[in-house]
Amino acid sequence: MTHRYTSWNRYPRATQRVRLQRWRFDSLPLPEEAHESALPFGNGRSYGDVCLNDGGSLIDARPLDRFIAFDQDSGLLRCEAGVLLDEILALTVPRGWFLPVTPGTRFVTVGGAIANDVHGKNHHRAGTFGCHVPAFELLRSDGSRRLCSPESHPEFYRATIGGLGLTGLITWAEIRLRRISTPLIETETQRYDTLDAFFELSAESDARFEQTVAWIDCLAGGARLGRGVFIRGNHAEISPSQPPRPSRRRVRIPVGPPFSAINPATLRLFNAAYFHGHPPGVQRDLVHYEPFFYPLDGVGDWNRIYGPRGFLQYQFVVPRTVGPDAVREILERIAQAGVGSFLAVLKVFGDPVSPGLLSFPLPGVTLALDFPNAGRKTFALLDQLDAVVRQAGGRIYPAKDARMCGEDFFARYPHWPRLDALRDPRFDSSFRRRMRGDLT
Amino acid sequence: MRKILIIGATSAIARATARRFAAAGDRLFLVARQAERLQAVADDASVRGAECVATAVMEALDDSRHAQIIEQAAEALDGLDTVLFAYGTLPDQSACEASFEQTRAAIEINLLSVISLLTILANRFESQGRGCIVVISSVAGDRGRQSNYVYGTAKGALTLFLQGLRNRLHRSGVRVITVKPGFVDTPMTASFKKGLLWVSPDTIARGILNAIDSGATVVYLPWFWRYIMLIIKAIPESLFRRLSL
Ligand SMILES: Cc1cc2nc3c(=O)[nH]c(=O)nc-3n(C[C@H](O)[C@H](O)[C@H](O)COP(=O)(O)OP(=O)(O)OC[C@H]3O[C@@H](n4cnc5c(N)ncnc54)[C@H](O)[C@@H]3O)c2cc1C
Ligand SMILES: NC(=O)c1ccc[n+]([C@@H]2O[C@H](COP(=O)([O-])OP(=O)(O)OC[C@H]3O[C@@H](n4cnc5c(N)ncnc54)[C@H](OP(=O)(O)O)[C@@H]3O)[C@@H](O)[C@H]2O)c1
Repeated sequence: MTHRYTSWNRYPRATQRVRLQRWRFDSLPLPEEAHESALPFGNGRSYGDVCLNDGGSLIDARPLDRFIAFDQDSGLLRCEAGVLLDEILALTVPRGWFLPVTPGTRFVTVGGAIANDVHGKNHHRAGTFGCHVPAFELLRSDGSRRLCSPESHPEFYRATIGGLGLTGLITWAEIRLRRISTPLIETETQRYDTLDAFFELSAESDARFEQTVAWIDCLAGGARLGRGVFIRGNHAEISPSQPPRPSRRRVRIPVGPPFSAINPATLRLFNAAYFHGHPPGVQRDLVHYEPFFYPLDGVGDWNRIYGPRGFLQYQFVVPRTVGPDAVREILERIAQAGVGSFLAVLKVFGDPVSPGLLSFPLPGVTLALDFPNAGRKTFALLDQLDAVVRQAGGRIYPAKDARMCGEDFFARYPHWPRLDALRDPRFDSSFRRRMRGDLT
Repeated sequence: MRKILIIGATSAIARATARRFAAAGDRLFLVARQAERLQAVADDASVRGAECVATAVMEALDDSRHAQIIEQAAEALDGLDTVLFAYGTLPDQSACEASFEQTRAAIEINLLSVISLLTILANRFESQGRGCIVVISSVAGDRGRQSNYVYGTAKGALTLFLQGLRNRLHRSGVRVITVKPGFVDTPMTASFKKGLLWVSPDTIARGILNAIDSGATVVYLPWFWRYIMLIIKAIPESLFRRLSL
């Protein structure tokens, strides 16, 4: 109904009635008509349609924004599911505790982070967000409430982590935080010239650095294919006398241009400028955690620069052994198509296994890209990339998908039937219907 | 560290304000009529850093308990220096037109119950020689309009009462702050269509903390409502009666 209830990439558009869940002990605000479905909505930071329910209802969980308990000694936080990671950081960083895992934006809710089982730059060490959630409460449309943990209702626990909001509403959750001694990150930034160099850097860094990620220039082809900037970091142990502070200046994109400001020319310029903005060699730095983890959060509503048609995210993971080849092939196709991505992020996932049935990460390599929505051309390219991912035995991240086909999804998420069996009978989403090929 | 009593602690505006008090490390005594909600608000305030948080469940219409609640708050906080009134209802204007019972109920909760509490509190603060009383009234009390004059009557009378009280207590060093919010997006206004003039409860909370710190007497929140209401009040009655406001 209102523009707030879209996903972050503003594609696809959906129309849905919205009801607020104001208190965690209230019953679910379900639609009166028994055939109308509902879906929890967090802060709409997903790309695609996992948080949309076209023609149905959304239950906005943001009003559940209260802390319940915090144990300063153990770092165990209990809070309602609509609390933003941003609000957690504001509370706990000054007290010496950090999120165990964080995605690239801090404006996501705890419920959304669990339902998509999000990952961050420390996946090789810490696994997914769900690995640090020992318990939560699940409220179902029949009014039942379950305390879910590995011991209590383990099947609901496992289905709800990465459960795409389909098993019921998470009302509150516990999160095990990670101790820090400063809000700072010691970083090393290094530009590299080839894809092989990326894999070498990654292998070498993952043992010594808690956070590793690379930005790649996906418009560079030929010998420069895969070139980029490798970024690694650790929470700093001691604070200098004059610690760096987060920038208070926040830019904001006030209104979207009527067309996309992202086109091949601006993309090529941006990518080359970013790459050459980093001198060769290792740059060491001590930075505040905000620009390190959340570079994009400094620009409010940046999704608007893509214009009214929105954009498409594409994130896949492919197993370790075939990783380099699959990534190379995908980069080649993108470079050929010339419809490069503004933000391409490459990372090697590690071995930690999530309790979530439908958790996305696998040991292997993941690449996240975004493409301005140029209609059929963009979709055709992404279909080609799907074929490469399929061939490599990889899979696509539902939280960032608006177009994969159900066949790929069902084949690569073999636990889906177990989740679907525990789905709340009143809950459904645009994503689920699209996968099943249901007509809406 | 302040010792603050909030009456109506589960209202959206009170919750936003309590968070800011909590983050500043104040002591809080929270009063509301629904125990479960009250506990959720209290837990949140204590995680956010309130030095201590105590609660009491009270139906505001039950004036037989008013004196005791204030006593209990002063005891739990080891004194009392600030009180925030933040409860109320937005009555259905046409229901009130059809029934005096409805009108009376609206006046009782929005005006009389507050006056009862204020009477006890004023005497207490007067004799202790200090204190700060903050009451949420409304811009709706600045001029009677056909769309909600029953609510407006309660808030208008409340504003007048506070004005007199401020005048009386000034001598004893007790402050009285009248807060007049405009349109705030809260459960009370859930069914309204929201436009440009609407603000979040936290905007009001920030204004309330500023008013307490700055020595203000009457604050419009956000500030531009002072000018909107100046204009509305300036319209001659002969013209105003013909408008559909
Ligand atoms: C700039 C940016 C960077 C990002 N970086 C990363 C990254 O590095 N890693 C990563 O994994 N993701 C990343 N994401 C994606 C984002 O972290 C996820 O999509 C996240 O789940 C969004 O959370 P949300 O609160 O906005 O939830 P929504 O997007 O509103 O909802 C997401 C899902 O959660 C469900 N849900 C929400 N609340 C509840 C609840 N209370 N109970 C049950 N289900 C609920 C919804 O039904 C939906 O299925 C990024 C997104 C952006 C915009
Ligand atoms: N929203 C606006 O646009 C606006 C504008 C101007 C002024 N105000 C004023 O701001 C104040 C706070 O309102 P709000 O907007 O934050 O709305 P709200 O969230 O709906 O809060 C109203 C509160 O009043 C409480 N309440 C109602 N009747 C009560 C009773 N008999 N006994 C005890 N508590 C009672 C409710 O308690 P429960 O939680 O138990 O229901 C609720 O906490 C009110 O005085 C309102 O008049 C609001």
